[in-house]
Amino acid sequence: MEVTFQFDWAAAFRSIPHLLPGIPWTLLISFGGLAIGFFIGIFFGLLRISPIRWLRWPAILYIEVFRGTPILVQVLFIFYGLPQLLGGPINALTAGIAAIAVNSGAYISEVVRGGVQSIERGQREAGLSLGLSRSQAFRYIIWPQAFRRMIPPLGNQGIISIKDTSLFSVIGVGELVRQGQIYIATTFTALEVYFMVALMYLAITWSLSIALRMLERKGLVGQ
Amino acid sequence: MTASTSDPIVRMERVNKHFGDLHVLKDIELAVKPGEVVVVIGASGSGKSTLIRCINGLEEFQQGHIEVDGNELVPDGKSSKALQRIRTEVGMVFQQFNLFPHLSVLDNVTLAPMKVRGWNRADATETAERLLDRVGISDQASKYPSQLSGGQQQRVALARALAMEPRLMLFDEPTSALDPEMIGEVLDAMRELAREGMTMIIVTHEMGFAREVADRVIFIHRGEIVEEGTPKQVFDSPGNERTQSFLSRVLKH
Ligand SMILES: Nc1ncnc2c1ncn2[C@@H]1O[C@H](COP(=O)(O)OP(=O)(O)OP(=O)(O)O)[C@@H](O)[C@H]1O
Ligand SMILES: [Mg+2]
Repeated sequence: MEVTFQFDWAAAFRSIPHLLPGIPWTLLISFGGLAIGFFIGIFFGLLRISPIRWLRWPAILYIEVFRGTPILVQVLFIFYGLPQLLGGPINALTAGIAAIAVNSGAYISEVVRGGVQSIERGQREAGLSLGLSRSQAFRYIIWPQAFRRMIPPLGNQGIISIKDTSLFSVIGVGELVRQGQIYIATTFTALEVYFMVALMYLAITWSLSIALRMLERKGLVGQ
Repeated sequence: MTASTSDPIVRMERVNKHFGDLHVLKDIELAVKPGEVVVVIGASGSGKSTLIRCINGLEEFQQGHIEVDGNELVPDGKSSKALQRIRTEVGMVFQQFNLFPHLSVLDNVTLAPMKVRGWNRADATETAERLLDRVGISDQASKYPSQLSGGQQQRVALARALAMEPRLMLFDEPTSALDPEMIGEVLDAMRELAREGMTMIIVTHEMGFAREVADRVIFIHRGEIVEEGTPKQVFDSPGNERTQSFLSRVLKH
């Protein structure tokens, strides 16, 4: 008996219109979640390096919990677990965005902390010696420099979070993988469809990489 | 001259500082009058930087008290109001320049006058351009610090401090990070500042410069002021044997 593995290009192309509706969902969950995660990250990242000890530990706790547990468990917890506490269902989109937000927020906290701590002590001292208050020194001197250094690791986190949304097919949100699964169920063309799904992820993450490289190059002026 | 102008602008009384177990400053007594140029010398690790950093509160101290232009600093950094006023009136130039790399030369100089003194951009720019001209870098105002040589960067740092119109300038080894051929241009700018009557406290290893511009030289050894006097007294006939051995070591090369 002869088995032939044939990649059916026609089937691959036929799947495209069925997969495309997943892209807005993937983008919405990842970028919505990342936008919230960014603010969570700034908040906990700065708390993490507060000079006041008891302000630091809630940040440490948050970071350890959400970095130390799988995002799949986090989204299942939010989608299936939390409604039991809240007494009402949470829709899958909200659950997905929330999971990306709290998960990326934990990593971004560490990015923020690393960025701020990487700025030489002399920068702050120069600002203070000129009469700037501590918050002015942070706002005008430390943060702008730290943010530039944060761009590459933030981009990294963005790409990871985009890929993480592929796990959210388990809660039935109609992102890329979910659309692929639905289509495969009727056509049995797993090879071609998952190949196209992979290409679409690559298109999204690659665009992000290019955009970030451009941003970085702009940010490098004067460094 | 009225009594108030000849009152010391800096007065340190029995100032003691510890870094953990390390007793870095021991009963420091120092008074600096307006217009005076004081040079602080001493071996590495003797506490020179710590001494001048206490004056603008970059370091806390544990005992004694410091008064700068009528504002009193108390131990353990519990004087934020006075500290803020002091930092507005006292400029500092660092060994590593510490220019703000994300800002142009002009913005480095205008930042503090605009944010602290509340000047508008036009006034701050005018002052900045005048000061940059004075230190010889008016043609580099739109460049970024990384595009300048070390000597140019340090002169920008000087202009940046002067833009706040300080009553006192602190210098912590301003030429130690410079290539030899650039030391002269920075010392020239400082010399001119001294001539104009600026009160200055300078930590330096440039003994020729110290001899020339200092009204008073202070030698510090292991956190203690062990010798103090005119450059002539300290360099030509030091009374303390620590000073003698330090000078014989540094003047050899
Ligand atoms: N943040 C700190 N923590 C602990 N010890 C410190 C700290 N800063 C300085 N010291 C110590 O205090 C002592 C005095 O340091 P300081 O920097 O004032 O010396 P210095 O005379 O300026 O030396 P140098 O000529 O090397 O600059 C040194 O022994 C130094 O190791
Ligand atoms: Mg020093």
